[in-house]
Amino acid sequence: MHIVVCLKHVLDPEITPRYFQIDPETNRPENGDSDMVLDSFAENALELAIQLRDKTPGATVTAICLGDESSEEVLRRAFAFTANAAIRVWDEEWENLDGQAVGHILAQTIKTLGGAELVLTGYQASDIEEGLVGPVMAEELGIPCVTLVSELELDEESVQSTCEAEGGYTVMSVPFPAVFTIISSETNVPRLPKVKDIRLARSKPITRFESDDIDLDPVRCQPGVKLERAYVLNRDVNCEILSGSDGTELAAELTDKLLALKIL
Amino acid sequence: MSKILIFATIQQDESLSSGAKEALSFGSRLASATAGSIEAVLVGAETTTGAKEAIAFGASKVYTVTNPILAEYQVELFVDSLFTVFQQSGADVLLLSFDRMGKDLAGRLATRIGASAITEVTDFRTEGSKLTWVRPIYGDKAYGEYSTTRSKVVVGIRKKSQELAVPDSTRTGDIISVDYSVPEDVVLTKLVVKIQSALSDIRLEDATIIVAGGRGLGGPEGFQELQSFAELLGGTVGASRAACDAGWVPSNLQVGQTGAVVAPDLYIAVGISGASQHLAGITSAKTVIAINTDSEAPIFKRANLGVIADYKTVLPTLTEKLKKVLV
Repeated sequence: MHIVVCLKHVLDPEITPRYFQIDPETNRPENGDSDMVLDSFAENALELAIQLRDKTPGATVTAICLGDESSEEVLRRAFAFTANAAIRVWDEEWENLDGQAVGHILAQTIKTLGGAELVLTGYQASDIEEGLVGPVMAEELGIPCVTLVSELELDEESVQSTCEAEGGYTVMSVPFPAVFTIISSETNVPRLPKVKDIRLARSKPITRFESDDIDLDPVRCQPGVKLERAYVLNRDVNCEILSGSDGTELAAELTDKLLALKIL
Repeated sequence: MSKILIFATIQQDESLSSGAKEALSFGSRLASATAGSIEAVLVGAETTTGAKEAIAFGASKVYTVTNPILAEYQVELFVDSLFTVFQQSGADVLLLSFDRMGKDLAGRLATRIGASAITEVTDFRTEGSKLTWVRPIYGDKAYGEYSTTRSKVVVGIRKKSQELAVPDSTRTGDIISVDYSVPEDVVLTKLVVKIQSALSDIRLEDATIIVAGGRGLGGPEGFQELQSFAELLGGTVGASRAACDAGWVPSNLQVGQTGAVVAPDLYIAVGISGASQHLAGITSAKTVIAINTDSEAPIFKRANLGVIADYKTVLPTLTEKLKKVLV
């Protein structure tokens, strides 16, 4: 069984809003001192992929990341999680790709690898939050896609997935191969890699693909959307600080304020 | 100018979902701004009630795909039928709510149609004949305005981002029953079981009142206090990532960009400093009240009302006082 997990390198979402700036020339965030990190849901997907491999004799995990050289960091992390192989896909020509273009390139990369029984990815990356890559890959590959998945269980011919639903959750069954977009849950909390695995990860080979190595449709590699303008909003609200001098006074004041809202 | 088709989802009771109403309201606004027209498409076992409602929300024409097999949402059949209707309608824009279903459908439909796709859209702008779509980016720290590069576009509207239009039941429109033969061989994704959470267990995303706790609660015991306070207010309990990571509460209570993105009328943040990924989860909250000992905490930049104190000195008296009024 071949499990592919698609990873994204994103600006650390914990960056303090007050330090967050957009460069008006490029419409991209100015990194400043903040780090680029492995996207949080993608990390849940990676954890789940490794868990499934360890439960399935003969299974392997390939981590794929579309990005420039700096994004190899997330593939090193995948190796530290004990992924079997890592591929970085990039071409200098690619700029401002959107989720659809990324979905196409990743789907064609997976085809080049000879396919996969399971394709896992985070459900929405914390930078642009398009939530498109998973379903687009599935459409491109002509296979099912289950979104917002927290758990997966495999049997001979099918996969049972637990996923978030309105007002509860559902269990869905799909045949192999299929795409799953992963959300966080108690069962896929990213592991703390062992020191030995972190060390080994440094020397493991990352395979690099350029556009010529994959059978791409030039039209589908063009983004369908173009960011014309981006701006930071000042969201600071004028906060009314209650004046009471002790807990009892504050509680009395807050009671009046709460009742005045007429929500309760 | 543009012809807008809106996928209006229906609920179990056959009425339109809140997401459908948002998409229709957004569509009406867009149509007036671009001299366009709006049409709707409904898919289900029984679509008459919803179709009339869609007309009241401004649809001049409603396509209905009605079949008992479509009573329960099935992703491949919904993609297939919506694709069929979209092609038949000759629309330029397909609008849908980026809700649970929309998250399955938007990317697949855009790819199948050969359209651009834009999701989590909260607004649009027109400058002359140029139309751009507005959506939050980077965890709501910024907004982006996007143009599209293809002639057709699939647009997913962010949940709970739209003011609802006022429906007018005197409006008239055509209801067109689409002759759609269900292709059974496309069905791959099958529902095994659907678990509804208990009523007492309100989903954070749907809650109108949330009382959330963070590291400042000091431990799991603090959450028991919050729980009874939340019950008193008729609300539900949420938590910051720090509190979840500490194991004080299960991770499904986490509010924030990597947890639940909520839109309550009232959000009370207790002992939460307001890390940016947490604030990204509450941008749609109407009134935010913060109780925190640290007057410099970023949560006070988002809160409408601030109480600078240890919650332990405030909450018991507050609970007592409110009990007298509410119980």
